[in-house]
Amino acid sequence: MEIIKTSELVYRYPAEEGETSQNALDGVDLTIEKGSFVVVLGHNGSGKSTLAKHMNAVLTPAAGKVLVDGLDTAEEENLLEVRRRVGMVFQNPDNQIVANVVEEDVAFGPENLGVPTEEIQKRVTASLKAVGMEKFADHAPHMLSGGQKQRIAIAGVIAMTPECIVLDESTAMLDPAGRQEVLDTVQYLNRERGITVILITHHMNEAVYADRVVVMDHGKVAMDGAPMEILTQVERLRALGLSAPPTVQLLHALRGAGWDVSLSALTVEDCADQICRALGA
Amino acid sequence: MLKDITLGQYFPGNSVAHRLDPRTKLILEVLYIVALFSANDWFVSYAFLALVLAGAIAVSKVPVKSLVRGLKPVVIIVCFTGIINLFWTPGETVLFSWWIITVNLEGVYRAFFMVIRIVMLIMGTFLMTYTTSPITLTDGLETLLGPLKKLRLPIHELSMMMSIALRFIPTLIEETDKIMSAQKARGADFETGSVLQRAKAMVPLLVPLFISAFRRADELAVAMECRCYHGGEGRTKLRVLRYQGIDYAAFAIGILVIAVIIALRYLNV
Ligand SMILES: Nc1ncnc2c1ncn2[C@@H]1O[C@H](COP(=O)(O)OP(=O)(O)O)[C@@H](O)[C@H]1O
Ligand SMILES: [Mg+2]
Repeated sequence: MEIIKTSELVYRYPAEEGETSQNALDGVDLTIEKGSFVVVLGHNGSGKSTLAKHMNAVLTPAAGKVLVDGLDTAEEENLLEVRRRVGMVFQNPDNQIVANVVEEDVAFGPENLGVPTEEIQKRVTASLKAVGMEKFADHAPHMLSGGQKQRIAIAGVIAMTPECIVLDESTAMLDPAGRQEVLDTVQYLNRERGITVILITHHMNEAVYADRVVVMDHGKVAMDGAPMEILTQVERLRALGLSAPPTVQLLHALRGAGWDVSLSALTVEDCADQICRALGA
Repeated sequence: MLKDITLGQYFPGNSVAHRLDPRTKLILEVLYIVALFSANDWFVSYAFLALVLAGAIAVSKVPVKSLVRGLKPVVIIVCFTGIINLFWTPGETVLFSWWIITVNLEGVYRAFFMVIRIVMLIMGTFLMTYTTSPITLTDGLETLLGPLKKLRLPIHELSMMMSIALRFIPTLIEETDKIMSAQKARGADFETGSVLQRAKAMVPLLVPLFISAFRRADELAVAMECRCYHGGEGRTKLRVLRYQGIDYAAFAIGILVIAVIIALRYLNV
């Protein structure tokens, strides 16, 4: 079953005066399976955010189609249903928190959807629990750490009972601990709740969590496959303005020096194993 | 300096004042302001109102220190009002006269009570914002002004704007602090020099602040849309406002206070 399907998706931002703009998305065909964990990579300006914004009808295609759970995002009357199904978490935690109290912020989505009061209260409690922030229900968001704020933003999305969460570089502004918090949270939601996760990121290492990696380049899907398959293509990634994870790069360099190692090591442990094996230890 | 700006800050708690309905607090606040401005310019009335304020502070369990700290940024306005009243009040009993400046007894009284009035007004308002979460407060305002929606006034939009403004005050203060530190590290000086020099020093502070505020507004608008925000129509609430026993009690006290103030005015004491 697919949750999101784009076909021949083209989008171009309105050009600034005196300039001509290029297609930010240039024929994207992508089918996201329900319950999958997809990591989207790509250098700056490759169209990742633009693609993300098409997934919940913040932008609508200039040409082509985007279907969310079978609903056409271009149809005005599908707007709320599409946005309820596909929640978004953005990069800057401060700019997506609406309320001064955590639980009021989490309630914002369901309130907009006209969910009855009692049900909202249940959802808020459950969502905060799902992200491990139930102790902070009555806290002021601006006093929380970056990772905690992002988890609140995720809870705000969960409260709308979505099918899918899109995280657009949501870990980019966080410290390593905060990043881990967010990754653990989305991994839990994906594994235990069956929520589809689309994680847009700069950090190659985050691709380890995925069952599928999509690499964007100039508004097109440049690579698409299993993480191991994509991340070990050091040269191809470099040509797309990305660098393979350090472990893969190290093994790649060793291989270039004549070592007999396989590149498939995304964790430091695997990498060490490979080297040990090659050394015959 | 910026840390002193406490406007719109909320101290979570569970006192009686915290539990009052925001509409009650808003109405009482209005009654309190009416009382302050209709009070007889004499010590009895203000002593009585001070007592009322002290009682409210005690009930709310808000530390007096933070209320006083909230006064700091408005000291200039208070002094200014005091001085204007001191020199520009017509009166007979001249105490002091030099060149074009005359100070008379009426002016002294007037200035004194005006200052007291403003200080008490600010403390009372802070007491309300300290004990009410901004969203609850704007919720209360929206409900109170709800009937005006029939006149096509954008009440929901206004209250949403207000609550977002309040939500972003701490964020923008933090940001201002950061930019200030960054500019200071590059040798900017915000604290010394003439007023004009200091105003000039503010320009490199305000420009990045505004740019970032606009960017924030843009991103927030998208984030709100993503969470299905589509205006006030069909919106439900996490908390439905409902008057409780304490609200009726609070109203009774409010009316009593007004009655006393009016009585004191007629008795002219
Ligand atoms: N608001 C906008 N107005 C005009 N052009 C934009 C806007 N946002 C993005 N673009 C352009 O669209 C292209 C894709 O951008 P984006 O989707 O933000 O990439 P990414 O998220 O991968 O960095 C870039 O060339 C960028 O300059
Ligand atoms: Mg982006």
